[in-house]
Amino acid sequence: MSEPFTSAIAANRFGLGARPGELAAIGGGGRDWLRAQLAGPPPQLAAAGLRSCTDILAAALELRRELQAARKADAQGVAADPLQKLPQFLRPIYASEVTARLQQAVTSERPFLERLTQFWANHFAVSIDKQFLAGLAGSFEREAIRPHVLGNFADLLLAAETHPAMLLYLDNYLSVGPHAPAALRAARRDAQRRIGINENLAREILELHTLGVGGGYTQADVTTFAAVLSGWSIGGEGGRFRGGVPGQFLFRPELHEPGTKVVLGTRYRDDGFGQGVAVLRDLARARATAQFVATKLARHFIADEPPAAAVARLADAFHSSGGDLPRVYHALLDAREAWDSGLAKYKSPCDYVLSAYRGLGLPADAAHAPLAPFELLGQRTWSPGSPAGWPDRSADWDGAAALMKRIQWAQALGERLGGRCDAVALAPELLGANLGAATRGALAHAASAAQAVTLLLAAPEFMRR
Amino acid sequence: MSTRRQFLTHAASAAGGLFCTTRLAFAGATAASGGRRPRLVLIVMRGALDGLAAVPPYGDRDYAALRGEAALHAPGAPGGALALDGFFGLHPALEFLGQSYRARELLVLHALASPYRERSHFDGQDVLENGTPRPHALQSGWLNRALAHLPGAHPREAGVALGQNVPLVMRGPAAVTSWSPSKLAAPDEDTLARLTDLYAGDALLAQRLADGLAADAIAAEDGAGMTPLPPAAGDAARPRAAHSARYAETVRAAAGFLRQEDGPQVAVFDTSGWDTHANEGGAQGQLATRLAGLDAALASLRQELGAAWGDTAVLAITEFGRTAAINGTRGTDHGTATAAFLIGGAVAGGRVLADWPGLAPRQLYQGRDLAPTLDLRAVLKGVLAGHLGVSTRALDEEVFPDSARLRPLAGLMRA
Repeated sequence: MSEPFTSAIAANRFGLGARPGELAAIGGGGRDWLRAQLAGPPPQLAAAGLRSCTDILAAALELRRELQAARKADAQGVAADPLQKLPQFLRPIYASEVTARLQQAVTSERPFLERLTQFWANHFAVSIDKQFLAGLAGSFEREAIRPHVLGNFADLLLAAETHPAMLLYLDNYLSVGPHAPAALRAARRDAQRRIGINENLAREILELHTLGVGGGYTQADVTTFAAVLSGWSIGGEGGRFRGGVPGQFLFRPELHEPGTKVVLGTRYRDDGFGQGVAVLRDLARARATAQFVATKLARHFIADEPPAAAVARLADAFHSSGGDLPRVYHALLDAREAWDSGLAKYKSPCDYVLSAYRGLGLPADAAHAPLAPFELLGQRTWSPGSPAGWPDRSADWDGAAALMKRIQWAQALGERLGGRCDAVALAPELLGANLGAATRGALAHAASAAQAVTLLLAAPEFMRR
Repeated sequence: MSTRRQFLTHAASAAGGLFCTTRLAFAGATAASGGRRPRLVLIVMRGALDGLAAVPPYGDRDYAALRGEAALHAPGAPGGALALDGFFGLHPALEFLGQSYRARELLVLHALASPYRERSHFDGQDVLENGTPRPHALQSGWLNRALAHLPGAHPREAGVALGQNVPLVMRGPAAVTSWSPSKLAAPDEDTLARLTDLYAGDALLAQRLADGLAADAIAAEDGAGMTPLPPAAGDAARPRAAHSARYAETVRAAAGFLRQEDGPQVAVFDTSGWDTHANEGGAQGQLATRLAGLDAALASLRQELGAAWGDTAVLAITEFGRTAAINGTRGTDHGTATAAFLIGGAVAGGRVLADWPGLAPRQLYQGRDLAPTLDLRAVLKGVLAGHLGVSTRALDEEVFPDSARLRPLAGLMRA
């Protein structure tokens, strides 16, 4: 490769795919272009009309209460119509959030930050297949992830774990310490009905958000950490969860397990909410967390099986800086291994769709079915189906049926754009140094302008980043 | 409609002969298996199925107390379990499984677990699929490695994953394909031929395109059976219907592949939603709805397979079980042993296979989970040997490496 930090790698691997003219503007300074994107506060979503999580959740809870009351009043059970009200309320919110995210990704001058935002949203994954989350996943990304992408990991962690979307998704808003005032009261009233700990959030914080599965914690640590987090809840749920601002994070002392607790060998005195904050701060600083986060970042930006030396340098940057994320990103950009091979990563469907939108300048507004490509190609936005988030290796995305869908979509785009798009001229603008002779030849000999667009989007160089 | 072979001939000429070698192996498939052609469907239930709710041991004296208000009652009581053997019952949502048990086509396995003993879904699923005792020990799956040892002639793609991508259990050296219905127009044949040329220097894409074309060709030959279903109107109010609709296309596609005499013999698909940490429900509720969906999917699979059902075994497995006791939020947390289902016309059913460890506090694994008394790999070996005819040697050394001490569970299949 003649130039070491090629614009093609900068725009396609670290960004979301080149737009026409972008590679020329970057020139030989791919790394500088990316470094410059790390300066200044992270961009917020500009779209008008996006509502806060608190606002959405309060309205959804109110709606659910109305539906439950209606169901009680009508012993026959309500017909399909009222049952549809909650999805009918949530679906347009989801659509406008996905559209705003797509527009941001397509038009951004700092696509590296958009990719990082998506990376962290996936690290702290919530999934819309759980009740309410379709309406909350977008605000979770905007409120808990986006503002902290250029900050410290500890702040990002705390923002994610205290966001109502996460407390709902991993059930912690219901979790009650067995000796908490509310539990003792309930036991006096009705010995049969147990209320107590739910360990879902505590386990996934340790396993998926901080230390990683081999990070040295035991079942006892999970259970105790869950006790630490009991009381981390949401306001205004009604019933035994009355109180607080509806839809907003609320620490409920009456649900919190009292007492000093030992997690991973460290004693934490009980000061209510602060006990959980202290554990999270220590988890953010742990060596295992640095290693786990470094491995995931390196897998995302360097290779499916990233070189150990590069991972070690990222982990050192993370650990020695106390989780200062820009320092880790700079170490990533400094990693020679990230620039060695032009096409080391197979694009996820989301990567694939976004790069096509950017490359072809496709309209991303609500009138042009902006949700459809993600669904058709197998990655409905914010629906990884598990708290582990979307997987990040080629084998997870390179199935035969998945490839056929990409080809079909590429064909539909070719037919739509037809003669308005000159794929022969566009190919070097999008693929730069990655463009190979075989693809160049195939485009030159295409039977039609439409077919050339299809071949460009289906080319091996466009399947990878 | 052109037949698959006409399509293949055409595609082969368009693609410079690539598909001739790909598909010729189909020709001898039926003859070599002597009339009987075993089919296997693997259903991976991701999220950890609560075996004590799906197959409640209502006869265990500790069961009701552990489950509290979520405990299922004995058969006969309102909302009670479906009768099995007098000790175990079936969750009342599993109507078709209950019928299948009575028809001796359902074998229930209980208190079983993979070799994995921690409680991470993702490592647990990795062990469930990679066929070794350790997570991430291999990048291929036991089912794929078994395909390489199917006796007799079989198609090049002996396995199909229903979905866009192939789950780990089906990944590996043996050629497999994946298929899912599409709302988009089929690619133009001239474009496909050009892409075949363009991918010639790219081993991965060349392989995937060939596999994808092979699957599409089988789907095209099956015709109407594998077209996408129209959305069912008004089903959202009826949970059973809504959840079976989720699986309907998958099941139709699986059956469409398997019922063909020269198609894949093994199909795999995923189900999700089993991670019931909160408000799991009892005879009704969240888990009941999921189980009803699975039950309806299995009923529809039987119907769609028609005569091929007699040669079919369907195995539904999950990564681990859930806590024996209900937790503080009316759900269950990650546990250890659980239940599994083996169902089909080829199954020697009508039995529950379990070496029951009991549910008293000292009998629970680590004081909280149903203890495992049966290694899932023994069941998998029993199915692969007894149903698909995979040799013991292959099972001991390659499919489940270093597992010679673990004997296949015999007698799972009809003689």
